[in-house]
Amino acid sequence: MAALNEEQTLIRDQAKSWVTEQAPVRKFRDMRDARIETAYAPEAFSAMVDMGWTGILVPEAYGGSDLGYLTFGLILEELGRQLTASPLLASGLVGTSALLLGGSEEQKQAWLPKLVDGSAILTLAVDEGPRHAPAKTALSAVKGGGGFVLDGSKVMVLEGMAATAFIVVARTGGEADSEKGLTLFLVPADAKGVSRSARATADSRGYADVTFAKVEVGADAVLGKLDAGYPLLDAVLDRGRAGLAAEMLGTASQAFDMTLEYLKTRKQFGRVIGSFQALGHRAADMYSGMELARSCVEAALQAIDSDADNVAELCSLAKCKMGDHLHLVSNELIQMHGGIGMTDEYDAGFYLKRARALEAIYGNQAFHRERYARLLGY
Amino acid sequence: MTASATKTEHGSDLEAFRAEVRTWLKDNFPPALEGIMPMMEGGADGSHAADLATWRDRLAERGWGAPHWPKAYGGAGLDHAHVRALAQEMGRVGAINPIPLLAGMGVTMVGPTILEYGTDDQKQRHLPGIASGKVRWCLGLSEPNAGSDLASLSTLAEDRGDHFVVNGQKIWTSGADISQWCGALVRTDKTVAKHKGISFLMLPMDQPGVRTRPIKLISGASPFCETFFDDARAEKDDLLGELNDGWNVIKRLLQHERASQTSAGSPGGKKKAGALQDVAKRYVGVDSAGRLDDPDLRSRLTRHLMDAAAHKLTAERIAAEAKGNPQVGAAASIMKNSATGITQARSELLLEIMGQQGFGWEGDAFDADELATVRDWLWGKAISIYGGSAEVQKNIISKNILGLPETTQKG
Ligand SMILES: Cc1cc2nc3c(=O)[nH]c(=O)nc-3n(C[C@H](O)[C@H](O)[C@H](O)COP(=O)(O)OP(=O)(O)OC[C@H]3O[C@@H](n4cnc5c(N)ncnc54)[C@H](O)[C@@H]3O)c2cc1C
Ligand SMILES: Cc1cc2nc3c(=O)[nH]c(=O)nc-3n(C[C@H](O)[C@H](O)[C@H](O)COP(=O)(O)OP(=O)(O)OC[C@H]3O[C@@H](n4cnc5c(N)ncnc54)[C@H](O)[C@@H]3O)c2cc1C
Repeated sequence: MAALNEEQTLIRDQAKSWVTEQAPVRKFRDMRDARIETAYAPEAFSAMVDMGWTGILVPEAYGGSDLGYLTFGLILEELGRQLTASPLLASGLVGTSALLLGGSEEQKQAWLPKLVDGSAILTLAVDEGPRHAPAKTALSAVKGGGGFVLDGSKVMVLEGMAATAFIVVARTGGEADSEKGLTLFLVPADAKGVSRSARATADSRGYADVTFAKVEVGADAVLGKLDAGYPLLDAVLDRGRAGLAAEMLGTASQAFDMTLEYLKTRKQFGRVIGSFQALGHRAADMYSGMELARSCVEAALQAIDSDADNVAELCSLAKCKMGDHLHLVSNELIQMHGGIGMTDEYDAGFYLKRARALEAIYGNQAFHRERYARLLGY
Repeated sequence: MTASATKTEHGSDLEAFRAEVRTWLKDNFPPALEGIMPMMEGGADGSHAADLATWRDRLAERGWGAPHWPKAYGGAGLDHAHVRALAQEMGRVGAINPIPLLAGMGVTMVGPTILEYGTDDQKQRHLPGIASGKVRWCLGLSEPNAGSDLASLSTLAEDRGDHFVVNGQKIWTSGADISQWCGALVRTDKTVAKHKGISFLMLPMDQPGVRTRPIKLISGASPFCETFFDDARAEKDDLLGELNDGWNVIKRLLQHERASQTSAGSPGGKKKAGALQDVAKRYVGVDSAGRLDDPDLRSRLTRHLMDAAAHKLTAERIAAEAKGNPQVGAAASIMKNSATGITQARSELLLEIMGQQGFGWEGDAFDADELATVRDWLWGKAISIYGGSAEVQKNIISKNILGLPETTQKG
């Protein structure tokens, strides 16, 4: 745990007690069984708004508290522990970051207060195929009628069913598969030509496939620079990746705690199974792996807060190390629980399913190793 | 020397201290020693002997050989931040502190343990010699039948009134043949449970009852020995800690050892050949997109570099959380295993990167870096064995940190 200041400790403790009391994994199970289309409990998100979490990154002038990414990460970590579902990451972190980094003064004034008070939910629509590949954007935006016409579709949009608006990554120029010629657009979900359908995923969380059929937007819908949106997109994604890594840290911590608890209570061969070295050494490896991954996650969040020049490197490091670690821990969670871990009645399966989704979103481990190598120049 | 006295002397301003160090280095560091690592007295080839002796003595005079030790015992009483500043300033001009190497196990392990457990008399007699780099210490712990299970050791010390008489055999004693003193773990009571009848004795190596025989390693080097005690003599005054309390003394000493082994790098100390990815590019080449021309290697190289980055960030985090005064503790096991894994993986990668140039033993077909890589690789295998093997560290983590029951060790 990074050395926290008083305010951060307070927020962390508040998040911990709210999550364990009001939004434990049992609530996630209820939500899944109820098959809610947006895949989160609306009252849970309202409570988050009331606690000020949607405003953590937002300057006071727009209604927020401007506490930064490390603080946001503390909350996401607690939510990750209990698999609490909400649009907090998609909107309060990713959507909000896009406006903070790329928004004009008018756009900030129009959107940030609404994101903070929860009346707007803004999410990033980037991927179009089975793997995260922002440069492969094909959805086109062509100039016309004083603005642009968007045509194409996006898949696996986080909280896409709940969103009231999308940040759409579109190709306005450049060659296919190129980082050049991309532009970001702010598009209301109720714009003419926008249609969406929910994806039913193993982790039972909210994703949508969204189609933009000749959607007309004004010139003021452009977020950031025309034809040169990639650096902005990259920076927004990195903030999302660091946030995801913080959530993953919580998910992995909880999976590990459940495993350790089981090792100390389950008896076979006349003793607790944690006394078998074959399991004890793997537990030691997991604990060590967690300490090492935690350092990467906190360093990435701190680097964003201090505007360091190695943000990209650290975010790929954090997402990748955390992904590898969560992958391992989620598998060991099931394995070390034996038969009971395989049952739907037990929570272990939820963690396994969520783990794989978290690994894939905004780039899996392979994606980030490739990116890291490129950043280091080999 | 109290901490506040130190503060007044240097001022609380680190920058002033840095400036002082810089000036001092300009006047006192022999430029010929830049980057020279004295493995043996006088450097590897003995050519810098005079310069090294001067440099050692000047450092010792300032107390900068063991700068965190109290002044009264040859240190400079510096806090963690000042020690780091000193190391950084020295690093800037390529000055290496030879004293921890010259003192063998003295500065890193025996000294800190004497500071904790020693009597005033012991501190005064032993610490200044270590801090001056003139007295080298070895550690006689392992025996042929007591390795990881150190508590089953059988070297016996018998009470003869004012002294002990020691009989038995130690093995893997690093530097025993060139040390003046030995910290030895001995049995002083055979009638009680094995952990409870052990004491820590300090004894001089230059006496008729002590004999050493060097052992050659797979790397060709011969850094350690078999050590034989035949009626060797240790004074009563040189019992460290209480009689039969040696197990607690050694547990603490081993924590200091682990803490001193938690930095991940090449076993030889500094990276001669540059960043690993640059070496790889040189030997393997790149494709038209500038990527290393071996996708499999490139991916494993990335995993390794990420591991190394995570280790470094964790060391920084531990330091930050401890507010600049890292405590020696259980976390050292995590860091030791991580450092070991990274260092060994780096050597294996370097060897693979060098390909057929990465298997040289001697001669002109291989350059100096290539030859050193092979020796480092072989030497590096030891780091997951000594100081508590990798497996023993995992036992410590699962028992002491995770609270899992222990079934692997009895009694
Ligand atoms: C899909 C499925 C179908 C099944 N079908 C049947 C069936 O038809 N009939 C039937 O009778 N049973 C069936 N089983 C039960 C199965 O045989 C048990 O789950 C299995 O024997 C493990 O026992 P356990 O679940 O109690 O786990 P435990 O024995 O409690 O094991 C928990 C963990 O501890 C580890 N462990 C246990 N002992 C040691 C040790 N000495 N050293 C190291 N590690 C150890 C295990 O490897 C595991 O990781 C089924 C199980 C599953 C999942
Ligand atoms: C380069 C080098 C320098 C050294 N310097 C010194 C020195 O200066 N002074 C000194 O006293 N000693 C020194 N040693 C000795 C070192 O401390 C021992 O080698 C070490 O304690 C291991 O003991 P061992 O070699 O007898 O191996 P063993 O203890 O026999 O171990 C053999 C294997 O079994 C494993 N093992 C043992 N117990 C367990 C367990 N409970 N659970 C799981 N696995 C286990 C080990 O991890 C290892 O893989 C040095 C060793 C080396 C290699």
